Amino acid sequence: MTETLIFICAGTMAAATPILFAAMGELVVERTGVLNLSIEGMMATGAAAAFAVATVYESSLLGFAVATISAGLLSVVFATLTLIFLANQVAAGLAVGILGLGVSALIGKKHEGFTIEPLKSVDWGFLSDIPVVGRILFQHDFVLYAGILLIAIVWFVLTRTKLGLIIKAVGEAPEAAHAIGYPVILIRFLAVFFGGAMAGLGGAYLTLAYTPLWAEGLVAGRGWIAVALVVFGSWRAHRVALGAYLFGAISLLELSIQGLGLAIPSQVLSAAPYVMTIVILVLISRDARQIRLNSPASLGVTYRHQS
Amino acid sequence: MTKQGPRNDPPILELRGITKSYPTVLANDSVDLEVFPGEIHAVLGENGAGKSTLMKVIYGSTQPDSGEILWQQENRTIRSPALARSLGIGMVFQHFSLFETLTVAQNISLAVPGKLEDLSARIVEIGHKFGLEVAPDTLVYSLSVGERQRVEIIRCILQNPKLLILDEPTSVLPPQGIDQLFKTLRQLADTGCAIIYISHKLEEIRALCDEATILRQGKVVGTVDPKDTSTSSLARMMIGGEIPISEKSNHKNESKVLLKIDRLSLSSADPYGVSLKDICLQVNAGEVVGIAGVSGNGQSELMQLISGEQRFVTEGQGDLLFEGNPFGHLDPAERRSLGLNFVPEERLGRGAVPPMSLSDNTLLTGFSQGMVQRQLIVRKEVNAAAEKCIDAHDVRCGGFSAIAQSLSGGNLQKFIVGRELSMTPKLFVVSQPTWGVDVGAAANIRQQLLLLAERGSGVLLVSEELDELFEITDTLCVAYRGQLSKPMLTQEVDRLTIGRMMTGLGTTEERAAS
Repeated sequence: MTETLIFICAGTMAAATPILFAAMGELVVERTGVLNLSIEGMMATGAAAAFAVATVYESSLLGFAVATISAGLLSVVFATLTLIFLANQVAAGLAVGILGLGVSALIGKKHEGFTIEPLKSVDWGFLSDIPVVGRILFQHDFVLYAGILLIAIVWFVLTRTKLGLIIKAVGEAPEAAHAIGYPVILIRFLAVFFGGAMAGLGGAYLTLAYTPLWAEGLVAGRGWIAVALVVFGSWRAHRVALGAYLFGAISLLELSIQGLGLAIPSQVLSAAPYVMTIVILVLISRDARQIRLNSPASLGVTYRHQS
Repeated sequence: MTKQGPRNDPPILELRGITKSYPTVLANDSVDLEVFPGEIHAVLGENGAGKSTLMKVIYGSTQPDSGEILWQQENRTIRSPALARSLGIGMVFQHFSLFETLTVAQNISLAVPGKLEDLSARIVEIGHKFGLEVAPDTLVYSLSVGERQRVEIIRCILQNPKLLILDEPTSVLPPQGIDQLFKTLRQLADTGCAIIYISHKLEEIRALCDEATILRQGKVVGTVDPKDTSTSSLARMMIGGEIPISEKSNHKNESKVLLKIDRLSLSSADPYGVSLKDICLQVNAGEVVGIAGVSGNGQSELMQLISGEQRFVTEGQGDLLFEGNPFGHLDPAERRSLGLNFVPEERLGRGAVPPMSLSDNTLLTGFSQGMVQRQLIVRKEVNAAAEKCIDAHDVRCGGFSAIAQSLSGGNLQKFIVGRELSMTPKLFVVSQPTWGVDVGAAANIRQQLLLLAERGSGVLLVSEELDELFEITDTLCVAYRGQLSKPMLTQEVDRLTIGRMMTGLGTTEERAAS
């Protein structure tokens, strides 16, 4: 019983991390009023690029770096289309997302079937030896902890800093932000790049730490879940993070249930994390006032300078 | 020269031959303007005369097609509002540029450096000094139009501008507030700040400004000292003719009760909204009833209840009757079909859908007037109705296919009022109908309201402008903190009393008397 609990809790943290990175990035992007639907493609590109680099050069760190840059570049394509050429955000997001999936298949093809050494756990000294808690919390790799730090940073920046105010202002009323002198397009561009880079990191975590291997279709909708979490977490960092962990927990639960051999169709079990995460988030985020205060009013609306 | 003071220095801002054209209109046609430090300079003109465009050029949010801008005698291209602000140009917009989901202090901190706590203290201090009181930690979306303007003005003052542009600033202030604002502006001008004051209120300009530049159809028709110029000659320069004055005839008051609100109380669901307490109100056929009051005292909540934007079912107490029948449970369309028509306060967003054409906006409320047959839209009918409304109310625009948000405030308002009037309402409920609307258009709208009452309809007018209320209403109430005063005959009260009641001073005596 304890073993199962440890398996679920420790596994939850690992399973949540890829989505956590992608969702935190997308949260910042959406807060500036841009809807980036290409997260799935960016995660896949990051995952494939990271794995390819890591197998060839035998360096996970280099893998993460290349994943961040390649998904970031893909997000530059999206940002250029939507912010400079004023393309529709939904259509451009879908197109770039499909492009990303294609690119990932191309990069990853040669490396299918290989495996690599997963990331080493951080050495927390005696903390790792604490019974139960030590194995749940203190036997993970550094990227997972970086993910937790990312929640704190995004939460802090969005709620406690001037930068957060500017991001919120740009997402709510770009015309007004422009009128008081903020470079709306530049701010959105940088946010989209950040979002892309984080999605790439999330993808890289999948192939370098979580699985660790590459196969086409490996991302399996996690990018879409990240987009959904941002919306159903009503654009608040802690709710979005909670959603990511919820998703991780339910997918681990699903594995345990499958292990028990209960007669539930596997399709139902595989769908469970997606469905339950969203249902739970919708139920806990019903407060209309909070949604009103946190949703970026100009989300998905193309902004152009008046002339 | 009466005013040696300001004019000794070289001009802080000089415009030479500014021309700007839009696809359908020539907004500015070779405009020259000189503004001196410490001067309050009026820019006067009707709607669509090009005032707003000219200000956008100065503030850098649009670029002129040709012409020069000299700032402190240097030729500058003001490429963006950011540059304008760094030069020391501040602007209070007519359509506010505030962020609704942020607090007052947060909004201001986006434009003014400093810590939030320090800013909050300065907001309170400035508010006190200039009569611009507003709580720093309130969320902007819960503020009234008048309160939002205060925030905008405070935001500008905190930036210590060299030139401050105000676009129709008094249209949302109570009389005391206007005096206060003038005091503020004079104080600011004394510190050497130049002020460009855009308005169409001639009396105000004569009371406040040192210099007035008058625009008509994009051209400067003259620059005068308003203190030496009579109101009527200013008006003639502005309109190119005489101002129409609404004539109130002594029409009979029919006793038929149209709208009756009886002891209505409703607590607001929004923590920053106003709860209505014990509202009694009656509008008879052939009567114009006015509700005075500074915005944010429950008027918008009451209007939403009457229009059906907020339905009145079980939450509160009291009765809402139209011709004796309760109508609180009906939706806005059902209310319209009963003969209740509304003109909401917000022209863009509530009164009209901004990115839709005028004919589509006509269809939105007029669909029952033969514009839809067998569930299909009859384009010819819709366009004809829109065109008729445009002609009948002298709406200046690019025809019925013009986009609603491309019209100037006054022209759009004339269109919205005209659209509702064409449905011959039994009860016409209008909220701030002449806010940001120029003299000619405002007089026209008031005339329409009087005409409607003469034909036997009831009119309920919510306004912050006392002049307007005294000009056309028969009965007046004052809204204060969610309560409504007893109705008073307009002929029997004076402005001072009403002004006092608007700030809550008169209510205790009033209650003692009743």
